[in-house]
Amino acid sequence: MNALPSPAAAGNSTGAGRLALQALAVAGLALLAALPWLGADDYLIAVGINILQYGVLATAWALFSGPTRYVSLATVAFFGIGAYTAAVFGETLPWPAVLAAALGVSLVLALIVGLATLRLSGVHFVIFTFGLAELVHQLVNWYEVNVTRTLGRYLFVDISQVQIYWQLLALLVAVLATGWAIRRSRLGLALQVIGDDEVVARHVGIDTTRAKLLLFAISAGFIGLAGAAMAPRWTYIDPAIAFNPVISFQVLIMALLGGANRLFGPLLGVLPVALLFELLSGSFPNHFMILLGLVFMAIVYFIPNGLFGLLERRRQRAGKEGGK
Amino acid sequence: MNTRRSFLRRSALLTASAASLAFATLAAGPAAAQAGPDKIRIGWAVAKTGPNAPGVATTVLPNYKLWVEEINAAGGIQLKSGKRVPVEVVEYDDRSSSEEAVRAIERLVTQDKVDFILPPWGTGTNLAVGPTFHKHGYPLLAATAVTDRAPDLVKRWPNAFFFLGTGHGYGEALVSYLEQERKAGKIGTKVAMMSVADGFGVDLGGAARKVLAKHGFELVYDKTYPVGTQDLSPMLNEIKGLAPDVFIAFSYPPDTLGITDQAKVIGFNPKVFYTGVGTQFPLYKNKFGANVDGVMSLGGIDADDPAVQAYFRRHKEVTGQEPDRFASPIVWVSLQMLQQAIERVGVDRAAVSKELASGTFDTILGQVKLVDRQWPKLWWVGQWQDGEFRGIAPTDRAGARPAVIPKPAWKP
Repeated sequence: MNALPSPAAAGNSTGAGRLALQALAVAGLALLAALPWLGADDYLIAVGINILQYGVLATAWALFSGPTRYVSLATVAFFGIGAYTAAVFGETLPWPAVLAAALGVSLVLALIVGLATLRLSGVHFVIFTFGLAELVHQLVNWYEVNVTRTLGRYLFVDISQVQIYWQLLALLVAVLATGWAIRRSRLGLALQVIGDDEVVARHVGIDTTRAKLLLFAISAGFIGLAGAAMAPRWTYIDPAIAFNPVISFQVLIMALLGGANRLFGPLLGVLPVALLFELLSGSFPNHFMILLGLVFMAIVYFIPNGLFGLLERRRQRAGKEGGK
Repeated sequence: MNTRRSFLRRSALLTASAASLAFATLAAGPAAAQAGPDKIRIGWAVAKTGPNAPGVATTVLPNYKLWVEEINAAGGIQLKSGKRVPVEVVEYDDRSSSEEAVRAIERLVTQDKVDFILPPWGTGTNLAVGPTFHKHGYPLLAATAVTDRAPDLVKRWPNAFFFLGTGHGYGEALVSYLEQERKAGKIGTKVAMMSVADGFGVDLGGAARKVLAKHGFELVYDKTYPVGTQDLSPMLNEIKGLAPDVFIAFSYPPDTLGITDQAKVIGFNPKVFYTGVGTQFPLYKNKFGANVDGVMSLGGIDADDPAVQAYFRRHKEVTGQEPDRFASPIVWVSLQMLQQAIERVGVDRAAVSKELASGTFDTILGQVKLVDRQWPKLWWVGQWQDGEFRGIAPTDRAGARPAVIPKPAWKP
């Protein structure tokens, strides 16, 4: 039995389970959207914002990294650029224009970076993306220190918590819809071939660089938008706050826990990890890091293929036994 | 097959224990909340891990612990009714993340329902939690935030109080002070300045640069370096070659130690030697001993004041460490004010905010009334003299020492 179901095979899994999952997702979304009216207090909304933020980031991350199997640690580069763009324009432009600017800047950055680097693969790409986040951080720092001579920007806009929550929820729906559409397009098919074997993909005439670049940019655009949506929550933004590398690692862990090959896989990983973080930092503030380390070791040890992989294997085994 | 079974059993065990853990915490929540009016619940979320942790461990947390210890040792905060009410603490780690800090404050307000929240450490975190304090009407006594926007922020957040001044305040006050010394003929016009490429260095450096030019100082060296730079010796060697009268480094604690060490090694001893945050820390004196004499920085104290001395003693006794000579006494003053405000008006957040804004308080730094909800009595410049970091400017303030210029030579 192959431990990691290939994306192509996963696409053909049973229709009934898939339909049920989708119905569940729609019902869940409706409930989430109505949460602020159902008497949820500020703390619940804050937890919701955290889950949605990572939901958007992990799903957007898996848009690119799932099918191509290029592990990117550049999440925070785009997240930070989005947040910074919001901080720069937040007090002068109307909010939709700020979001558009954040999207534009992330897209342009992703295209430039992608053109230069998507020919790398494997561990070279991982290391490069990690370096990229730090590079962008230092460039912003350098620019602010030497050109604008103000480090640390203030962002005062009238955007409430609940509005941030709704923006993130809308963004999550958008990123899921985009992922769904890509899976059904020629681009999606091309990416699956690239993920399975890039050399074969090139031989059958797929323009691999173009396909990867396109998806990298789409993924980065969503991540940048999430950064812009979150920025008003912090009032004060400096490069160290915006480009916190922990975000990249958390997104990676969540997506891998859930299963990066499936559309809803990353979400499945975000939910338990975000809730676990919350439980640990609420109940064991002084032992958070130790417990977190233990939990991560347990995850890697017991569920190396992600929750989706685990569920699938269970189902396959049950199917085999039923057949006998 | 066997191994798989035991795996499953083990993971089931894990799940079960995690679930029981969750239930235990859920059950503990409401029970603690029912403690009622016999206690004042105080919450804080500060960085116990991450880059902000050293600042918290030096300046913030020892003061919070001392405050709780002193109040509870006396039987509690004495309310108007004469009844003493002990304080109970709920604490979280914000892990040096703004987002984590915001959520922790929301948890303190809505889940733990604490009566008052003590602020986190640092400018960025205080500003990040500002809107949350404001929304829920909790007074925010930002004792470790240095921001040029403080005068605007107090207008925006009617429950916010700023205690540590503005970056421009320190930069301008330093240069005005240097101007006095230059007029007195003690120093020349050549100034070398280096600053850390972070909010602190950029704000103070920017202000100093402007005022230096206005007063006709000659800025022979003016460069920034990234946060976390390990080796600053090339910069110092270059500066030494320029032979300035005044050396200014708007630096962070690790760089402050590195710069001082390197200056000593290469024998760079200008008439005025000024380093940034960290100079006021007990650690600095422990490391450099008698060589600290003559080093200038921001902050300072009137070390001969008996109230200040008593505070230092208690701090050492209870927490086992000395307070720093810059923000520590200010944090303590903010806690004294909060306590006195609660004693006067009770556990009523709106009334406490009003009292903090308009009342006069008896603190270790004297009788003080806030001006536009900002602390009016800061030492802008201080200098190590006879083993103590003493305030030297504003020069007209009671307890101000005349500065020692030129700085004594480094001892081997």
